[in-house]
Amino acid sequence: MPPFPLADAGFVDATWIMLVKSLVIFLVILQIVPIVLLVERKLLGRFQQRYGPNRVGPYGILQPLADVGKLLSKQAFRPKGAVPILYEIAPALTIISAVITLAILPFGDVKDGVGFYGIDVPIGILYFFAFGSIAFYGLLLGGWASGSKYSFLGAMRSAAQLISYEIAMGLSLLGVVLMAGSLSLVDIVRAQGDVWFIVPQVVGFLIFLVAGFAETNRPPFDLPEADAELVAGYGTEYGGMRFGSFMFAEYMEILIVSGIASTMFLGGWMGPGPGWLDPIWMLAKMLTLTAFFIWIRATLPRFRYDQLMSFGWKILLPLATLNVLVTAVLVVVT
Amino acid sequence: MGGAYRAFGETLRGLRTTMGRLFDKPVTIQYPEEKTPVYPRFRGRHKLHKFEDTGLEKCVGCSLCAAACPAECIRVVAAENDPENRVSAGERFAAVYEINLSRCIFCGYCELACPFDAITMGHDYEMADYNRSDLIFTKEMLLAEPIARTPLRGEGE
Repeated sequence: MPPFPLADAGFVDATWIMLVKSLVIFLVILQIVPIVLLVERKLLGRFQQRYGPNRVGPYGILQPLADVGKLLSKQAFRPKGAVPILYEIAPALTIISAVITLAILPFGDVKDGVGFYGIDVPIGILYFFAFGSIAFYGLLLGGWASGSKYSFLGAMRSAAQLISYEIAMGLSLLGVVLMAGSLSLVDIVRAQGDVWFIVPQVVGFLIFLVAGFAETNRPPFDLPEADAELVAGYGTEYGGMRFGSFMFAEYMEILIVSGIASTMFLGGWMGPGPGWLDPIWMLAKMLTLTAFFIWIRATLPRFRYDQLMSFGWKILLPLATLNVLVTAVLVVVT
Repeated sequence: MGGAYRAFGETLRGLRTTMGRLFDKPVTIQYPEEKTPVYPRFRGRHKLHKFEDTGLEKCVGCSLCAAACPAECIRVVAAENDPENRVSAGERFAAVYEINLSRCIFCGYCELACPFDAITMGHDYEMADYNRSDLIFTKEMLLAEPIARTPLRGEGE
């Protein structure tokens, strides 16, 4: 008899199954990130009536290879004013927390006792917020440990932006949790059998998306890493693969936020067709939302920093609170 | 703060514009496979001319082009024509005629100054090279037919 009931924590699978699942999910998402990078550059080009990269391979498909090769071949240096160990830990922290969040994304239902997800914790969505906060901690460390003015400013701005928008994000998801009656992600997807939560929770979906843009430092909220203003923000003093880790973590966060949005609002793995098609549906929804991220990037100008903060606190937060209030009242009444 | 709510509609309008652009053809010209056509009077690499019938060079070495050049990149050394082995149609010919293309500003004053129509500006602009001494074009190089590699813009284009 184990000291605590493992079934409650979702550890129902054998260890080797968990290992295989975590390897598969990690490797699949790892391959998708460079593809998202390339698709972003090509899509941005097409939105701007030009070709994206098309010289490296046919239609530029070998461009991510060239990018990664370039980053790998650069020297891993450390500026003299940088704090020794923290400087090296920061990119690792960011990318570790991004990868850890992959574990809760459900790619399919439980079949033969094996679920198509890394783990199904009862606290579900709180896990995502916990590790999102640790990712922001990695950003902060990176900026401060670089020992340069630009990085520090960029990190400070980024930190303030992230904590402001996390509240609105959490409140918008609270509406979904109220309607589903459970925090666990798998239960939330199962509760969308009849109608996806985007229909009753349109406002929540929009708030979550906007807060998602702000969480991942994506345009229009990308002032902390605006190339023209702060060089690369917290990433200014990083070179080679350390900078690559920050970039990688950012694109992985985009995929994760799209994944969470499609889980909570767009019905997760639900889609017509046989059971083995479920992960494909989930990936398709994630990639559609990622394309929406890229679409927004091509369209909107950047927020000024004070506009950004007032938008987060004065508009999104009251809206999200109202959303939760109305949802709670309706859930109790009906 | 009401402006933020009005901005939502404007955002959607912007999104529709970008989506429209997605389906337009890109306006990129894929150099070097495609090149922008040049106008007929485009001032490219210089060309020295000869008379078609006799094959004699038109240039007599008067160095009016060198005098007119604002960048002082033309070097002309004239020599007396040997009546048996004529090089040019007049009394003198240009024994040394060099243009330093790294100094040339391609203004076309040499073409305007020449009284014999011996030098004109052609259409070639792809003359990048690896060292400066190779960019000093001699008379032979300027006399030679330029490689026709820039498309010409037709009438009415």
